[in-house]
Amino acid sequence: MKIAFSTSGENLDAPLDGRFGRASKFILYDLEKEYFEVIDNQQNLNAAQGAGIQAAEAVVRAGANGIVTGHCGPNAYRALCAAGVAIYNCEAPTVAAALTAFRAGVLLPMESADVEGHWV
Amino acid sequence: MILAVASGKGGTGKTTVSVNLAQVFGARVQLLDCDVEEPNSHLFLKGTLRESEIAAIRVPEVDESLCNACGLCSKFCQYHAIALLGATPLVFQELCHGCGGCEKICPRGAISEKERRIGVVETVEADNVTLIQGRLDVGVAMAPPLIRAVKSRLLGGVSAILDAPPGTSCPVIATIRGSDLVVLVTEPTPFGLHDLKLAVDMVKELGITFGVVVNRVGIGDDRVHRFCGERKIPVLLEIPDDRRIAEAYSRGELVIDALPEYRSRFSTLLWNIKELRGKKSGANHVRS
Ligand code: SF4
Ligand code: SF4
Repeated sequence: MKIAFSTSGENLDAPLDGRFGRASKFILYDLEKEYFEVIDNQQNLNAAQGAGIQAAEAVVRAGANGIVTGHCGPNAYRALCAAGVAIYNCEAPTVAAALTAFRAGVLLPMESADVEGHWV
Repeated sequence: MILAVASGKGGTGKTTVSVNLAQVFGARVQLLDCDVEEPNSHLFLKGTLRESEIAAIRVPEVDESLCNACGLCSKFCQYHAIALLGATPLVFQELCHGCGGCEKICPRGAISEKERRIGVVETVEADNVTLIQGRLDVGVAMAPPLIRAVKSRLLGGVSAILDAPPGTSCPVIATIRGSDLVVLVTEPTPFGLHDLKLAVDMVKELGITFGVVVNRVGIGDDRVHRFCGERKIPVLLEIPDDRRIAEAYSRGELVIDALPEYRSRFSTLLWNIKELRGKKSGANHVRS
């Protein structure tokens, strides 16, 4: 199972980025093999609209089964649900802390988008 | 002649210039309010509503039984309004610009189109002015297609004044594209100058002849004037900072009616515009 974390950095100590669509990178962590890769989301940062959808496409393409992020807008939510990817809300400061929380099973899948479109 | 009135930011007096200019035009003129998120020209022209038409764009609908998830539609759409994430593409209607491209590109004929309402186009007759205005539905962020719908009502052979939305983004470009001349309205302040520079770059990029109207002369400084002087940009009209103009505006009155002494200024503006246009077409003529 692979989990994507929205972030601005390239390692597990990097901060967890609170915004799914506008995060500059994703760390895709493989829970079985215990390694991660970095997915670049840079080109979406400047998208006027549809950033959440593009980010969703990028993480789905990379094979993520779940996403851990701060907030998720309605379009990204719809896109990720259609792809069968669960979204977990997390306030942890770093990717490592979010990973620990995910493993501990304390993160709950979001049941709806929690911010308005443009915020993503 | 198609004349667009634009400004780098809101609240500079763009509508004041458009409606007063339309009123001194003399001949029959069409006034197009392309500020579809907040049309307000109608407040200054007392006329009768002749027509109200629903404006719609055509958004895709995917037939799941025909789709083989090739993803071509999603790759094609530059607005990310159709995305392949599961077994069939998802359509995000509110992002779709209705270009029809995905339908054409689908190799399986799985995409058909349905109408999505985005607003209305209203036609108001007020003496020598025919006002055509677009009104975007609440919550719809799709100004350019509605602006194009407004512009499609333009009658050839009759001059038109296009009141553009504020700023320098897509809706503004959708408005001024194809016009013969652009009037940029600004204020003599540092902010006014900053936004004027952006607007000048935009108009130059589109290759349209333009001039400037400086509104509220007396506030701020002379940097806008200096900028126009250095760049050889014609200043077509100066409107002094007169609080009676703001008062007339807030009452929904035309400046030229409330303050008749200003009528000649707007006539001069019209004359300067025609001269600038004449000069340009003359120059083009010599060159070609
Ligand atoms: S009609 Fe154009 S904008 Fe709309 S989804 Fe299809 S390709 Fe995208
Ligand atoms: S292009 Fe047609 S067949 Fe291919 S994914 Fe889109 S709708 Fe399906």
